[in-house]
Amino acid sequence: MGHCGFFLFRMLAGIRPGPALLMSVLQQTYLVGARSLVIIMICGFFVGMVLALQAINALQQFGASEQVSLLVGKSLFRELGPVLTALLFAGRAGTSVAAEIGLMKATSQIDAMQLMAIDPVQRIALPRFLAGFLSLPLLTAMFNAFAILGAVVFAIGVWGMDAGIFWSKLQTGILFGKDFMGGFWKSVVFGGLVSLIAVYFGYYAKPTGEGVGTATTRTVVLSSVMVLIFDFFMTSFLV
Amino acid sequence: MKREYGDSVSWQRENSLHDPIICINNLVFHRDGNVVLDDVSMEIRRGSIVAIMGPSGVGKTTILRLITGQLQPADGSIEVNGELVSAMSHRDLYKFRKGVGVLLQNGALFTDLTVFENVATPLREHTKLSEQDITDRVMEKLDSVGLSGTQELMPHSLSGGMARRVALARAVIMNPEIVLFDEPMTGLDPIAMSTIGRLIRETNDQLGLTSVIVTHNVAQMKKLVDHCYILASAKLIAEGSPQLLTKSSDPSVDQFMNGRVEGPISFKYQQNQGGGAAQSS
Amino acid sequence: MRANYKVELSSGIFLMMGIAALFWLATEATDYGVRIGSDTYSVTAKFTNVGNLKLRAPVKIGGVAVGLVKYIELDPVTFEAVVEIWIDRQFSDIPTDSSASILTSGILGDRYIGLEPGGAMDALSDGDQILLTQSAVILESLISKYLFNSSKETSE
Repeated sequence: MGHCGFFLFRMLAGIRPGPALLMSVLQQTYLVGARSLVIIMICGFFVGMVLALQAINALQQFGASEQVSLLVGKSLFRELGPVLTALLFAGRAGTSVAAEIGLMKATSQIDAMQLMAIDPVQRIALPRFLAGFLSLPLLTAMFNAFAILGAVVFAIGVWGMDAGIFWSKLQTGILFGKDFMGGFWKSVVFGGLVSLIAVYFGYYAKPTGEGVGTATTRTVVLSSVMVLIFDFFMTSFLV
Repeated sequence: MKREYGDSVSWQRENSLHDPIICINNLVFHRDGNVVLDDVSMEIRRGSIVAIMGPSGVGKTTILRLITGQLQPADGSIEVNGELVSAMSHRDLYKFRKGVGVLLQNGALFTDLTVFENVATPLREHTKLSEQDITDRVMEKLDSVGLSGTQELMPHSLSGGMARRVALARAVIMNPEIVLFDEPMTGLDPIAMSTIGRLIRETNDQLGLTSVIVTHNVAQMKKLVDHCYILASAKLIAEGSPQLLTKSSDPSVDQFMNGRVEGPISFKYQQNQGGGAAQSS
Repeated sequence: MRANYKVELSSGIFLMMGIAALFWLATEATDYGVRIGSDTYSVTAKFTNVGNLKLRAPVKIGGVAVGLVKYIELDPVTFEAVVEIWIDRQFSDIPTDSSASILTSGILGDRYIGLEPGGAMDALSDGDQILLTQSAVILESLISKYLFNSSKETSE
């Protein structure tokens, strides 16, 4: 844990902003962010549909089914959006980053870099960390947007709810400060957390095939657990 | 000294052939309680190609890592150009490494970059050259290893020999004084081996480099190098020109140079020494 | 880094999409878009009972939101609820004799304030008070009133 924090410090302390870093962050954003987009959109859409379905089933008993968009929106913005996206991101992008860095180590690319007097922490770990940090809040936004779309499709399209009520409930009930920004900060923290764990385990993987495998497994397990733990504490302190 | 590869010997090489560039004095190194290197001394002369040979697992690669400062010796010293490597600070070490090219086993090309970018990486990182200058230098080096036209390929689409040549181009792109080769020929077919061997000789002589090659490939080294060091059981057992060593009467040297199974070098794990020649091949 | 035009383009598109999604969510799916910003004027109204009227509840004229409830306080002397309403500047011609009533959307829905425009020539301006108000209809008092009335009828 402390070692991991030191690693983060090492990444951020040596940061040299410039076009080279920007370009490699952009490149990693493509690999980490853009390539996770489709899975995030599909999952978001279906999560939105199932939330709307469950909410309508539950709220109908109290004759309050028109509150469905409020329920879907609140649970998405505050919890499900940031948490589910972070878990999907850990599985999709975290593992590939850990495996990639681990493989670079196994094929002594990291070694070669050190011998060229290039700091691999700056060159390899930092752009991937920054890209993940940047991507997750945006992916969370895409997830939420598609989930709301899914809820719209189900509630309005399938169940026949009035579109005006749906949107006005969202617009009056979802608070920008608490719900939206609260979720946004969560996704920022999760982005940093998952990418830090991925680059850390990749960078300190044993340079063997088995070591790379262990690194990816650990990345998924630890980042999922940490996301859920941080989620509880952030919820209890922020809200 | 008879040389098979290349015939141009630069004036720099002739002039300073006797000036040692790497001095290793009484080097001792331990790993996990095992003695990996014990009292090893070498004097590598400027402009020469030197091989460090010995059976697998004898600590040859360890010597390279000690020269680059990745490992710290338990005792003894390594001086490069009169400077003590083990006493260098982190920053000095990075500065020092800019003057040392390294070709690791299998080339260690960056798999996420094209051939061009691989070779250009040290330039981009350490110089402020314009894009045009970088292109010129990279293309020149790629041309010198006979790979012009491959610059846009990704490393995974190269053959083993081509990858090794790209790695060679990358190792010399900064015009270093010293190039270290870690098993440059392992896993290559005989033609690729000879190609690499010739390229090592050519670049060494044209650029006035000093090359240190770690290998167990005796046949190729006989054709290539000026001077050999043979390690066995953590100790330096012989040195001299390859021709001299082939004719050596020392049983250990003879065993290694001529690849005999029977002989004094035990191929058993070091901790329980003294079991005759137990080889697995 | 060079010739990675496609990569740069798609990561650029990804960033744009992500930011667009953030923006869309913030404006369309939260109260950010309907938040009445700095361009408002405030009006107060006193009610004997506001029911479960909440802060930020909409203020509507003819069903269209024109503002929101900013504060709800209790007048310590008259024990009336003082509600401060922020109305968007674009609706600056609301007559002074308009009436405000606390209404409910649906039977169990949220409370909102409905403004019924009057016929005066002067318009409400910042700091004015709406004098004609109608308090919230409280279901319990309605029921008890009905029960009380019916019990009186039977006893007579």
